[in-house]
Amino acid sequence: MRASAHTVVCAPIDSVWEIVSDPERVLTFMSGVTRWEVESERPTGLGARYRMLMRVGSAEVGGLIEVVEWEPPRELAWTSVTGIDQRGRWRLRPAAGGRTRVEIRLAYGVAGAGLAGWLAERIAAPAVTGHLRGTVSQLTRLAEHQRLRELAEQRRARAGQAAAG
Amino acid sequence: MAVADKARSNGHADESSAEAGRAARGSLLTRALSQIARQAQQRIPRADLDERDPDFIRERLPLMWLLASLWYRGEVRGLGNIPDDGPVLLVGNHSGGNMTPDTIVFTLAFNTYFGVERAFYQLAHNLVLSMPGLGSLRKFGTVAASPENARKALDSGAALLVYPGGDHEVHRPVWERNRVDFNGRKGFIRLALAQNVPIVPVVSIGGQETALFLSRGERLAHWLALDRLFRLKVLPVSVALPWLINVGDLLGHVPLPAKITIETLPPIDVRDEFGPDPEVDDVYDHVIALMQETLDALAAERRLPVIG
Repeated sequence: MRASAHTVVCAPIDSVWEIVSDPERVLTFMSGVTRWEVESERPTGLGARYRMLMRVGSAEVGGLIEVVEWEPPRELAWTSVTGIDQRGRWRLRPAAGGRTRVEIRLAYGVAGAGLAGWLAERIAAPAVTGHLRGTVSQLTRLAEHQRLRELAEQRRARAGQAAAG
Repeated sequence: MAVADKARSNGHADESSAEAGRAARGSLLTRALSQIARQAQQRIPRADLDERDPDFIRERLPLMWLLASLWYRGEVRGLGNIPDDGPVLLVGNHSGGNMTPDTIVFTLAFNTYFGVERAFYQLAHNLVLSMPGLGSLRKFGTVAASPENARKALDSGAALLVYPGGDHEVHRPVWERNRVDFNGRKGFIRLALAQNVPIVPVVSIGGQETALFLSRGERLAHWLALDRLFRLKVLPVSVALPWLINVGDLLGHVPLPAKITIETLPPIDVRDEFGPDPEVDDVYDHVIALMQETLDALAAERRLPVIG
């Protein structure tokens, strides 16, 4: 089963990448995610492993995931090691005007469970898609506010220099 | 019979094969009843922890998830309170007659939260595992309730779920639904002390609203000599689908879709909190009070019965 959400963020691609690739910040904007802990030696990069959980229905579902694609600032993809089968991907592309096109995809499955699995995948889909949509909208807010603060900081710095000079 | 074969293959006493010949002459019902009586009277067999099958559990999780999420609209909170690894004694209040919805919702949530890789066993009345068709519960890690089996499970470093209230609590009448009732059974505290594991209380609400439970039927069981024949101290009476009047609940029932909410409390390290040589009665009173408080809070959240 595949779920996805996309949006355009008014912030440069590098700062959006900084946010989505940082495991310490995931819980601040990923909707429905209740756990995202680093389990590997290195916190980021290829081979990094995280233990994650997402609230779906009456359970928190997830497991150990591993980063399998890492191409800053464009692609970040992971696959599941234990727990529910999943493949997730952040895809960032530059858009006109210094903005960023962001897409998150999550393909999940409950292998080998027959009819119950098929039903469960489908019934869970609206909840998962809702979480992904919430995630991109919260990411947008976070990235754009950060961008505004950076611009304000730069303006203050320039004003300070002008006053000093 | 399937039950006798299962008994033999699990290394249980072989006397069942000799008596099987005699039993075959009776009707199907009397054969079934005498088989169950024999199982109940045997010593509780030593559990084989390897019967738990994580791959089997993983395949059953979607069905359990459908049941827990759609039928029971389950909500499980506080799983983060359970230590991430190592042995732990989960102590719950039990509800819902023989269908035990709280166990289904909790074991689903536990298995998805920690992964099927984490060893997790549940103690159940020996009669439950003897029921024809319920033998597959062993693959979930359900183990016959006895002190040896409990110690064995905790020794292996697993999490163990116990319901001290057992059959006494699970058939309580519906007007006692928001009451924690362990019937004075303190064995779980002695177990936690002997094994030096933390106690994590698990409080659930809503299970006793899945049918109209009317009476535990203790006097009825005694009058019919069930306690001597089958070690059954209760013969519960309830109004439930599809039987309407359901006596004994041995064939189960169709539970109402009552909302089940489960709250897991922070772990209690008994020696930390009560000293190196604690008074078991004090610990019992404390755990009961803690769980009852939590249950009262959960009850206050519920606006309507069944609907939640």
